[in-house]
Amino acid sequence: MNNFSYLQATQPKEATGAVRDNQQAAFIAGGTTLLDLMKLNVETHDQLVDINMLAFKGIEQTADGLRIGALERMSDVGENPLVMQQYPVISQSLLLAASPQLRNMASIGGNLLQRTRCGYFRDTAFPCNKRQPGSGCPAQEGENRGLAILGGSKDCIATFPGDLAVALVALDAVLLLENAKGKQRRVPLVDFHLLPGSTPQRETVLEPGELIVSVTVPAAAHTRKSMYLKVRERSSYAYALASAAVGLDVQGGQIRSARVALGGVGTKPWRSREAEKVLTGAPATEATFRAAAAAALREAQPREHNRFKVELAQNTLVRALTELTA
Amino acid sequence: MTDNFPPDSADRPDGPVPSDGRRSFIKQATGFLGLALAPPLISQAERLTAISKKVEGVTEMRLKVNGTVRTISAEPRVTLLDALREKLDLTGSKKGCDHGQCGACTVLVDGRRINSCLTLAVMNQGKEITTVEGLAKGEELHPLQASFIEHDGFQCGYCTPGQLMSGVACLKEGHAKTDGDVREWMSGNLCRCGAYPNIVAAIRQVEKSGFKS
Amino acid sequence: METEPSFFETSPTPNVVGKPLNRVDGRDKVMGRAKYSAEYPIPGLTYGVLKTSDIAKGKIQSIDTSAAAKQPGVLAIYTHLNIPKLAVTPNDADGKKAIGAPMGFMPLTSDVIFYAGQPVAVVVADTFERATHAADLVRVTYTTEQPIAAYTDPKAKIFDPAKIQDGKTDGKTRRGDARAALASAPVQLTAVYTHAINHHNPMEPGATTAVWDAPDRLTVYESTQGVTRTQKALSTMLGLPQDQVRVITKYLGGGFGCKGSCWPHTVLTVLAAKGVGRPVKLSLTRKQQFTSMGHREDQTQTLTLGATKEGKLTTLIHEKTSTTSPWDNYAESNSKIINMLYDCPNFEASYQLARGNVMTSTYTRAPGEAPGSFALESLMDDLAYKLNIDPIQIRLLNHADKDPTNGNPWSSKSLKECYARGAELFGWSKRNPKAGATRNGRLLVGMGMATASYPVHNSQGMARVRLYADGHAVVQSGATDLGTGTYTVMTQVAADSLGLPPEKIRFELGDTKLPTAPNSGGSVAAGTVSSSVYMAAQDVWGRLTKLAIKDKKSPLFGAKSEEVAVENGRLQLKKNKAKGEGFMALMKRAGLDDIEGSGSGKYGAGYETGQAASPATSGNAEKPATHSMHSFGAHFCEVQVDPDLGTVRVTRWVSVHGAGRILNAKTARSQIIGGSIFGIGAALMEATHRDNQFARYVNADFADYHIPVNADIPDMTVEFIDERDPYINAMGVKGIGEISMVGVSAAVANAIFHATGKRVRDLPITPDKILATKAV
Repeated sequence: MNNFSYLQATQPKEATGAVRDNQQAAFIAGGTTLLDLMKLNVETHDQLVDINMLAFKGIEQTADGLRIGALERMSDVGENPLVMQQYPVISQSLLLAASPQLRNMASIGGNLLQRTRCGYFRDTAFPCNKRQPGSGCPAQEGENRGLAILGGSKDCIATFPGDLAVALVALDAVLLLENAKGKQRRVPLVDFHLLPGSTPQRETVLEPGELIVSVTVPAAAHTRKSMYLKVRERSSYAYALASAAVGLDVQGGQIRSARVALGGVGTKPWRSREAEKVLTGAPATEATFRAAAAAALREAQPREHNRFKVELAQNTLVRALTELTA
Repeated sequence: MTDNFPPDSADRPDGPVPSDGRRSFIKQATGFLGLALAPPLISQAERLTAISKKVEGVTEMRLKVNGTVRTISAEPRVTLLDALREKLDLTGSKKGCDHGQCGACTVLVDGRRINSCLTLAVMNQGKEITTVEGLAKGEELHPLQASFIEHDGFQCGYCTPGQLMSGVACLKEGHAKTDGDVREWMSGNLCRCGAYPNIVAAIRQVEKSGFKS
Repeated sequence: METEPSFFETSPTPNVVGKPLNRVDGRDKVMGRAKYSAEYPIPGLTYGVLKTSDIAKGKIQSIDTSAAAKQPGVLAIYTHLNIPKLAVTPNDADGKKAIGAPMGFMPLTSDVIFYAGQPVAVVVADTFERATHAADLVRVTYTTEQPIAAYTDPKAKIFDPAKIQDGKTDGKTRRGDARAALASAPVQLTAVYTHAINHHNPMEPGATTAVWDAPDRLTVYESTQGVTRTQKALSTMLGLPQDQVRVITKYLGGGFGCKGSCWPHTVLTVLAAKGVGRPVKLSLTRKQQFTSMGHREDQTQTLTLGATKEGKLTTLIHEKTSTTSPWDNYAESNSKIINMLYDCPNFEASYQLARGNVMTSTYTRAPGEAPGSFALESLMDDLAYKLNIDPIQIRLLNHADKDPTNGNPWSSKSLKECYARGAELFGWSKRNPKAGATRNGRLLVGMGMATASYPVHNSQGMARVRLYADGHAVVQSGATDLGTGTYTVMTQVAADSLGLPPEKIRFELGDTKLPTAPNSGGSVAAGTVSSSVYMAAQDVWGRLTKLAIKDKKSPLFGAKSEEVAVENGRLQLKKNKAKGEGFMALMKRAGLDDIEGSGSGKYGAGYETGQAASPATSGNAEKPATHSMHSFGAHFCEVQVDPDLGTVRVTRWVSVHGAGRILNAKTARSQIIGGSIFGIGAALMEATHRDNQFARYVNADFADYHIPVNADIPDMTVEFIDERDPYINAMGVKGIGEISMVGVSAAVANAIFHATGKRVRDLPITPDKILATKAV
């Protein structure tokens, strides 16, 4: 890891200003992604700005729904009674992620900025368009077993690895961002992460120095009746091969509204409006769920080693919907 | 940098002296964060450390480990794990992966279990750090340490300090009420020798004994 | 063996041996006091860090160290151009053999790159962070050639090696006429099995702390399974007398075979320390661990069997193809267990290799037996289903009453008891014999089993006992404790051999200054070292007996030594036990504060035949023993398979083994559990993926190379069948390190077959493979 200076910021402007003015600076909250990648030289920064002193805290019910401060820790949100009861998909996505230790460290904002586990990205000996634009993407023809089948491009098929973002994107979460001028803006999470296209190095809409302040989730019937299902190669402490975040409002066997997102299969947290369209207004039956799953994966572009993800993602979604309506 | 701790008789300089002879650069900006600006959620400990500061190069850092404040000279890039192992000779905390993927480095910071390999020493000043060396009271073992011995909760012992710190936290968190809970909530600690069933038994016994940490 | 004393005679009812004694090193381990090899606070210590190759094949064009050298605290940067030279390297003709090196190549001896991750520089600095960053700043440019990643690469040249496994095993084996037998076999089955690359991944990565005490005298704190093997390797390479290299390993954070040899990073650390004139500590990063200490090779096995309609085997034909390095013909000897496990008159095996741009693979827990048993025990299961015979029955039908490879009787064998007891503990009789017929809601439930076996190799070692007149003893042997419990079980053996309580024994190991012991590998350590300790204690008693019978004040004065026996630390007449005395009184009268004895314990064929085995290694005795020596056991596994999501969970596990004398019921159970979990990992999740184009691993870390976590493992039941085996060593110990994992992956795969009715022959059995079976 290269050497860097450390700045403990006490006010948002101090932090955002420092990072805006120095392209090589980065924010540090939990550090679980940043230090991991810095040790691998995937990221190099000459200054780390510690934002843990900032007041981006709180887990609270607002008039519209849920507000979570970006510096709350995954474990605190995951085990918060309000979140567990009213937004189970959020709690489950958090508690099925990483390990208890990492969840104690990692912040909500940082978790949304988690970077891919693609082995080519994480090893500087390989070419990688995300890490080194223009160098190539050996994953296309290489060891792509864990990589994305949705949202990829010829330049990048790196999977977004997180769970929370999948749950939040399903529930129409909105991020509150603040830039170095102290100006705040709201960005729906679904628009926050970018598809790789020809610029896989650009992962989010964050401007230099811009910080995530909080996340809000509108309350609805489908937030209470929601769940997260994660399929992985071992029973715990593993990234998703496929996951599904679902929320339903079912009345009299008919689905009034549906929220669906997939994890482990997309280059970004994958909201599936195609699946939601099939579900909305349809009877809550296995046939409907199957049709929704097929719709969700219709655009899938598997590679040599990740073809199984098409079926697995569909089955995961069907299972989640089945369990939720059981 | 303003010290986060009062002077302590147990202080002792530690760690290698930088051979380059560079002076420490310590810049101090702005003053205390006004209380009025601090929302009620910010804790007392955080208020005490609410000082903007910039640190670069080798500087003195003060870490409170197992109840004793100790001073080290280290760069900001030094992780808490390396500070413990290489600067303070507290080698109980282990380096198994250095990337938060194995749990061997687990310590408690302000009572919560974390991976010490993925946090910087400089960020942990002013916090209560507990390592495996701080579990026993002198020669009297913590009940979980004794239970690990009784249930053979380890073989090579390299993951053991992390398992113990995680286990102590697991008990405290209330995540040791069933075998299944323990299995899930201890899954952040890999054991290649495969002592898992014995680790579960060891933690469950302490839980059943009504021990309160 | 007749003339030597045996623990069976001198301690017919042991006090401590066999008991579930808590680990004697337990306190140090739970208190964080146990010092591993990178944890010695040596004055003046510096930090070494490897810079490794980005490419897998080619040449170093240039190395620019200027930016790295400018970094504060950097003391030295060694490349092939400036690192101190070795007297002998494994690259030299016969060098590898002279050294006992695991790999016929030493990095930093030329500009040629053979594999990704090959060290190209060693950086030494005053702190870990500075050394690490300086290594990053060393700029290496390469001329790159297209590498070969594996035997599956179309460019790879497959060849038939005369020998594999460092020349230990023939490339072809024949017994009877396997092809002719197959042609006439009424039942024929053939199947192809593949096995992913597996890495040992002990929790403690490889680590070396090298201290030059004088220009020609070296101390190395090393994470090794064998201090003597490392000592010999280093002294040979450095051109120093063996005694001028001291190797110390007090605590070892696991090894599983990868720490059984002296690998390049150890040598490079020693050379760097010599160069900088200061102690150097080097720990491999987890990523470097994947390319520094070997692995289990990627491999395909084709197994064919012929049998009668009743299910009796008539022939077995085994072929294996695997990847090896540019220099060595290494392959695990999978065929050995296939040759000996069942009564089968005809057998043929052959190995094929292809050279890839990879480092040499190495012994990995149950090397050969683990993947070999996967193929054999999967195919035996197929045979059982094909003929509608219970899987245990088909194995009993083919039970080898004697060793099929040479017709010798077994020294002991409790396999039938293992099947019976295991079936009882597991509830095998409740199993629906039909595959795919048991459900738990959406989940498919399956029960499978497999046979395990592991040979008693040939080994020998030495130990020393110093017995003090105040009633305590220090017992020493230069063994290592991988976590298997060597400290503890040797304390127990010494306690019973000396008639002392275990708390009066201090057992010391892990230092070449101590009497030589074999590597902890091949399951030889427990049997060899315990026998050595026992023999050393006998030597002490011999000396004390001599003293007593010459001492006018002793009740034993004038007796003949053969008339004297020792029981619980008391020397007494065999025929009149009342006549005798304790050793303390005797030593006090003789003015002896302490008395020392030493002994050599033989293990395996060498014990039966009285022949030597090289003390630091285990090999095959020249004169065949009259008995064949193996442990046997059986694993029983229940799984629940989610057919839609492809997930497999092991829900119940039973292992029963007959492995000679069990020295400690508690640590032995732990070891069997641990080996089974290791095997469950190989069965369900462990795979290192090597990119075909770059011949480089893409998942060299603990997040993406999955080993089992706590939540993967149910409670497990382990039992041992009591065995009394007088042929294998003075203690009757067989060793249990490897057998615990043999057959495990087959038991899991057989349970999956029983659950789903689909056979997966490709390890690991990850969700994608379960889903794929539905399409078949």
